[in-house]
Amino acid sequence: MKKQDLPQDESNLKSANMTEVLYVTDENNNYTTANSTGWDAKKAALDESMELIYERIEEARQNVANNTVSPIVYFMELNKMDLGVLASYVGMWQWRVKRHFKPRIFTTLSETALKKYADAFGISVDELKNFDGK
Amino acid sequence: MKLNFEHHQTAHCENGVASNLLLNKGLKLSEPMIFGIGSGLFFVYLPFLKVNFAPGFSYRPMPGAIFSKAAKRLGIKIKREKFSNPQDAQKALEKNLEQNIPTGLQVGVFNLTYFPEEYKFHFNAHNLVVYGKEDGKFLISDPVMDYVTSLSEAELEKVRYAKGALPPKGHMYYPIYVPENINLEEAIKKGIKDTCKNMLAPVPLIGVKAMRWVAKSIPKWAEKKGTKVTNHYLGQLIRMQEEIGTGGGGFRFIYGAFLQEAAVVLKNDQLKELSQEITAIGDLWRDFAVDIARVYKNRNSKSNIYNELSKTMLHIADLEEAFYKKLRKAI
Repeated sequence: MKKQDLPQDESNLKSANMTEVLYVTDENNNYTTANSTGWDAKKAALDESMELIYERIEEARQNVANNTVSPIVYFMELNKMDLGVLASYVGMWQWRVKRHFKPRIFTTLSETALKKYADAFGISVDELKNFDGK
Repeated sequence: MKLNFEHHQTAHCENGVASNLLLNKGLKLSEPMIFGIGSGLFFVYLPFLKVNFAPGFSYRPMPGAIFSKAAKRLGIKIKREKFSNPQDAQKALEKNLEQNIPTGLQVGVFNLTYFPEEYKFHFNAHNLVVYGKEDGKFLISDPVMDYVTSLSEAELEKVRYAKGALPPKGHMYYPIYVPENINLEEAIKKGIKDTCKNMLAPVPLIGVKAMRWVAKSIPKWAEKKGTKVTNHYLGQLIRMQEEIGTGGGGFRFIYGAFLQEAAVVLKNDQLKELSQEITAIGDLWRDFAVDIARVYKNRNSKSNIYNELSKTMLHIADLEEAFYKKLRKAI
């Protein structure tokens, strides 16, 4: 890519006041580096991925409101986690975490178990217990 | 306390940390040099491993491999340590700083406070350098950032003990021995040979063959899983190609810069031509990303769009195969 062709599109980097470095070629085809504020093609991919996450969070919220899943599922999605990541944060087997997704099982959880989840999500036990999705 | 450490922004975190740490030891090697000697150019397809609800693609080798390979080929010794106890990890880091050693760390990006929201994923193989501690905060040189930053003790502990795939477990590393005379020519040749070997490997999961597998899967995804899922998979492919630290098109350009430098060191003009060839291939990868982004915009686009994307990617794979064959012969 030629230095003058390097896109300078507005992107998500702006929120952190940063740019990225790319290797580009100058008029004599020699390599040099240049900074870019962003590129629309990449932004489109990132936006698509964020949209999917928001959809999953919204779906989880509704499922909690309808009492089909426990609040753990909502906070898992909110923290962009999947079952594997959450299980490793709370230090439990995946099948056990999956069981805790059921609202009926969730209500029987001990304070210690709830604390582990709350810590993984960076919230208090009360916030976790009292989330009703409404 | 603040150590004498020069922060240079780079295109990729691992080369960047390596290059910055070695410069601090008096060895001046550019980011592309580290990348080329460490055989950073790669492609792997892991269809059964789901990352972020899409199959695993990567344009890079396993985290840590670039620096390890480069160090080995240059005769540099790196000390690597992991800690089961976060307090020990912090103490060891502080002890290093007291002894005037800027230290590389493997961290998770999800809790990196200075990153933009869209980049915060549960990806645990990011690299940065700690070069001091002032007012209870660690001074951070993150090579993908324009400027230096800082993290509190608690914030640093969180990213050093991120969980999920490839947990850092407090992993810290720093060069302890740099030889006086470095055989750069030999190291460059080894790096190039290894890259050609990997990219031309006769297995379907890595190199050019893996690119073809992905390319051929694109129309199949569209048929079996529908447009929404296919577009998400393709989005994952672009993100892996162009996101900070994982660049595919971007990686081709770093490799081009490496070959240009290598041409001078080895006095081999053919490498200069090959540098231009991989640059052209990198441009095609970027065009490919633009084509994918266009598919998002017209969601009801005709179904043969996926066949066309597949053809484009197969074409790039053919060009790459020819490139590595020429490169292998050139050294």
